[in-house]
Amino acid sequence: MDFTEEQINRYSRHILLQDVGVEGQEKICNGKVLVVGAGGLGAPVAFYLAAAGIGTIGIIDGDVVDLSNLQRQIIHFTADVNKPKVLSAKEKINQLNPDVKVITYQALLTADNALDIIKDYDFVVDGTDNFPVKFLINDACVLAKKPFSHGGILRFDGQTMTYTPGNACYRCLFHSPPPPNAVPTCSQAGVLGAIAGMLGTIQAAEALKYLTGVGELLTNRLLSFNAKTMEFRTIKTKHSDNCPVCGSHPTVTQLVDYEQATCELKSKNE
Amino acid sequence: MAKITVNGKAQEVDNSTTLAQLITANSIQQPDMVSVQLNEEFVSKESYAATVLQDGDVVDFLYFMGGGKLSEL
Repeated sequence: MDFTEEQINRYSRHILLQDVGVEGQEKICNGKVLVVGAGGLGAPVAFYLAAAGIGTIGIIDGDVVDLSNLQRQIIHFTADVNKPKVLSAKEKINQLNPDVKVITYQALLTADNALDIIKDYDFVVDGTDNFPVKFLINDACVLAKKPFSHGGILRFDGQTMTYTPGNACYRCLFHSPPPPNAVPTCSQAGVLGAIAGMLGTIQAAEALKYLTGVGELLTNRLLSFNAKTMEFRTIKTKHSDNCPVCGSHPTVTQLVDYEQATCELKSKNE
Repeated sequence: MAKITVNGKAQEVDNSTTLAQLITANSIQQPDMVSVQLNEEFVSKESYAATVLQDGDVVDFLYFMGGGKLSEL
């Protein structure tokens, strides 16, 4: 691909990086990344991927913007309240970088549509808020041999890992979703807005590293941090032969929609 | 006593301490929200009580972490 003078200027700080250069930027510009969830994690992920010049960004989210989202979901502005999140995100991405093609899916990712949607992308970013979809993304990506970045945040904590085929998947570490009634009750939870940015930008960096082939991905490692102490820890993990989806005798051979915690279901319908 | 590492920190436990006892001793409030790794290997919940910790073992409690949605409710 031939860059215009404007593009060379726009991406100059990437091109200047020895590890990236013009070739790496071409890979970024030809890359296709699916961001699942346009919320706390999806917002910084989509923003940084757009700024980087990712060729195609897919965004899937069925929600509309709520005032309480704006404390951390920085891709949505006050005027966007009640607007579908995918539309709000697409508008900002287009303003930030018109080079980026944005494909929106105003829907929930489900067992029925997951494989069909992810098949068109090079890399998937999990920016979702609940375990049923986190397990669905993992299973779909393992079955489709698609790399993805897992991300989770809660209160002052964040965790992330990157999956590529052959390495530890999310289920190697967490075999099955927690029982819905074990999930912290609605009133107990909360999240410091800025940690969504801390974690989301790590996920965006992993997507860019995957596309350019630069560095070592966060595979077979779970990175976790606590913003109160600002301690980061990397826990070594490995592929589990007993893993329900990628082990030698898998019990998960097709996608399933797990039950949501009751309070989450209620909020979806509010 | 067995010298083990729990979440990156050194800990001493009595000989014949099981993983189930370690979970109680470490005041894990919601064991359902934790996945346990022993020497980088996943341990199923069913095996906690039968897993006796050995000197040098490395235990990691991995917490299930969801996302922003729970916090909005």
